[in-house]
Amino acid sequence: MTTVDTTATAPVVRSPAVSSWRAVLLVMEHFWTWYRRNWRATIVGSVVEPLLFLVAFGLGFAVLVNNGGRLAELTGGLPYIVWLAPALLTMNTLQIATFESSYPVVSGFKWQRIYWAITATPVTAAQAGVGHLSWIAVRMLTSGVVYVAILVPFGGVRDGGIVVSLLAATLCGAAFAAPVMAFATVVRKEGPAFGALFRFVLIPMTLFSGTFFPVDALPVWVRPLAWATPLWHGTELARGAALGSLQLWPSVGHLAYLVVLLVVGMLLVQRQFRARLYR
Amino acid sequence: MPGVSDGLVQARGLRKDSGDVHAVRGIDVDVGRGEVFGFLGPNGAGKSSAMRMIACVSPRSGGTLQVLGMDPYVDGPKIRARIGVVPQLDNLDAELTVRQNLEVYGRYFGMSRAAVRAKATELLAFAQLTDREGDEVEPLSGGMKRRLSIVRSLVNDPELLLLDEPTTGLDPQARHLLWDRLYRLKRQGVTQLITTHYMDEAEQLCDRLVVMDGGLIVAEGSPAELIGRYSTREVVELRFPLDDAPPVAELEQLVERLEVLPDRLLLYAADGEAVLAAAHQIGIRPLSSLVRRSTLEDVFLRLTGRRLVD
Ligand SMILES: Nc1ncnc2c1ncn2[C@@H]1O[C@H](COP(=O)(O)OP(=O)(O)OP(=O)(O)O)[C@@H](O)[C@H]1O
Ligand SMILES: [Mg+2]
Repeated sequence: MTTVDTTATAPVVRSPAVSSWRAVLLVMEHFWTWYRRNWRATIVGSVVEPLLFLVAFGLGFAVLVNNGGRLAELTGGLPYIVWLAPALLTMNTLQIATFESSYPVVSGFKWQRIYWAITATPVTAAQAGVGHLSWIAVRMLTSGVVYVAILVPFGGVRDGGIVVSLLAATLCGAAFAAPVMAFATVVRKEGPAFGALFRFVLIPMTLFSGTFFPVDALPVWVRPLAWATPLWHGTELARGAALGSLQLWPSVGHLAYLVVLLVVGMLLVQRQFRARLYR
Repeated sequence: MPGVSDGLVQARGLRKDSGDVHAVRGIDVDVGRGEVFGFLGPNGAGKSSAMRMIACVSPRSGGTLQVLGMDPYVDGPKIRARIGVVPQLDNLDAELTVRQNLEVYGRYFGMSRAAVRAKATELLAFAQLTDREGDEVEPLSGGMKRRLSIVRSLVNDPELLLLDEPTTGLDPQARHLLWDRLYRLKRQGVTQLITTHYMDEAEQLCDRLVVMDGGLIVAEGSPAELIGRYSTREVVELRFPLDDAPPVAELEQLVERLEVLPDRLLLYAADGEAVLAAAHQIGIRPLSSLVRRSTLEDVFLRLTGRRLVD
């Protein structure tokens, strides 16, 4: 152990201000330090829930969907679980995105107030916001890896295309997490606000974005709603990659949608973090 | 007194408006290197608003401000790299350990892992928290959290330390420990800006201070200067039965100045015992009496007509 005589007037080496990239990495390191102590609490979301979903939907639901005999037509002859797996992965990623970008962000401002601590250092408000969002992306990616590992014994993984699915799912999650984070900076009563977000945005999105059945099976007038959701675009990409059925122009469209949403969301996050922290 | 060129903080006509609230209405502040400078004032005086502008986390609404010779608008991150901030409300990471709080925070200043580890060890000893280093912050007592907040602000060896009500809510023992720590930092040459409601704290710690009220500076000087300028050497405190009107008119003849408080009278005089004897002579019999030296509290009462609320 080093002991330093604090009563001596030793010359000190002044610490330099940090670069933007470094600042974002340091914020991620902060969350990682937290995660190392608290990862056990996240096991339910990233292991138990996926298992339940796979058992309930992948196996039970397949029987129902198969009933009409249209299943093979719908999946192109693949087992339902293979068709479903990349979509479940994307959905799980989106759920993690929503949870991680809602209450923890409010906590950073109101309860633990760690954003205020971070911005007392050379790190800026915008860097704190982008750093937290980047951490959420890492969380989604690592949970996604665990999810894929769970999918394998269920026969849900066909080939290495799932790696691209994983990236697509993470992009989709980040694209949704960014605007949710910006929303979290302005909510005053987070309970009702996030309740509404989960009930009226997240859950409908997971039900009607082509996860369990193709959007084509929906009534014509509902389809545009599905097309407007980031989850549909993410699911199309992830599924296409997993099944090897990606087509150039639709894929470019999906990617463009998600990237634009992510960029706009990140700009909003930066603006909102500045507005909230630099008053 | 240090020259202006040596100033670590220099504000001219500094203002802060948030919406319709004019929190700071144009203040001039000069803090020299090595000085301990106090902001004294009641709730809502604008102390924290001023501190946050100096800490480069709150844009000013008007006037000029230089911190460490730089403008917070232009060089906020560079300035923050060289200052330490203890906010009025603790913002420790409650789910990390005591040691992790110091290490994580130090990393934000660009320090290496080895450097933050060594620094944390040193600061834990300084704050007498070494035996709690592995504990989570959440269950710590208020005093321990405050001590941790204060040493956290020292992790980057700041040249300038901003302390917003560092001892509010602490028991007397913890306050004295903190005062001792702040005094040691002063001896190491760390310039300090302190806000407080406590007169004794300001008298103990500050070389120079300003009294703020309603967003303005109403007086400035060393504690002794302010007492000399705005008060008398001694104060006599008299209590009378609640139902009787106190003999204000008679007592006013005897002293330079008199203040009527809800529960007592304050008589300002150079020689308190003499005033007390004179009051006895003309037949005034208070329930209780006390002669004490004048404090900054009396200065504040004089300047604002109000008592400072703790
Ligand atoms: N974020 C804010 N939005 C609106 N008004 C604010 C804000 N922060 C402070 N104020 C107002 O500005 C004024 C000065 O507040 P400030 O916190 O600077 O006072 P203070 O001297 O630190 O008080 P205290 O001793 O209670 O900490 C008050 O009238 C307060 O209500
Ligand atoms: Mg305050």
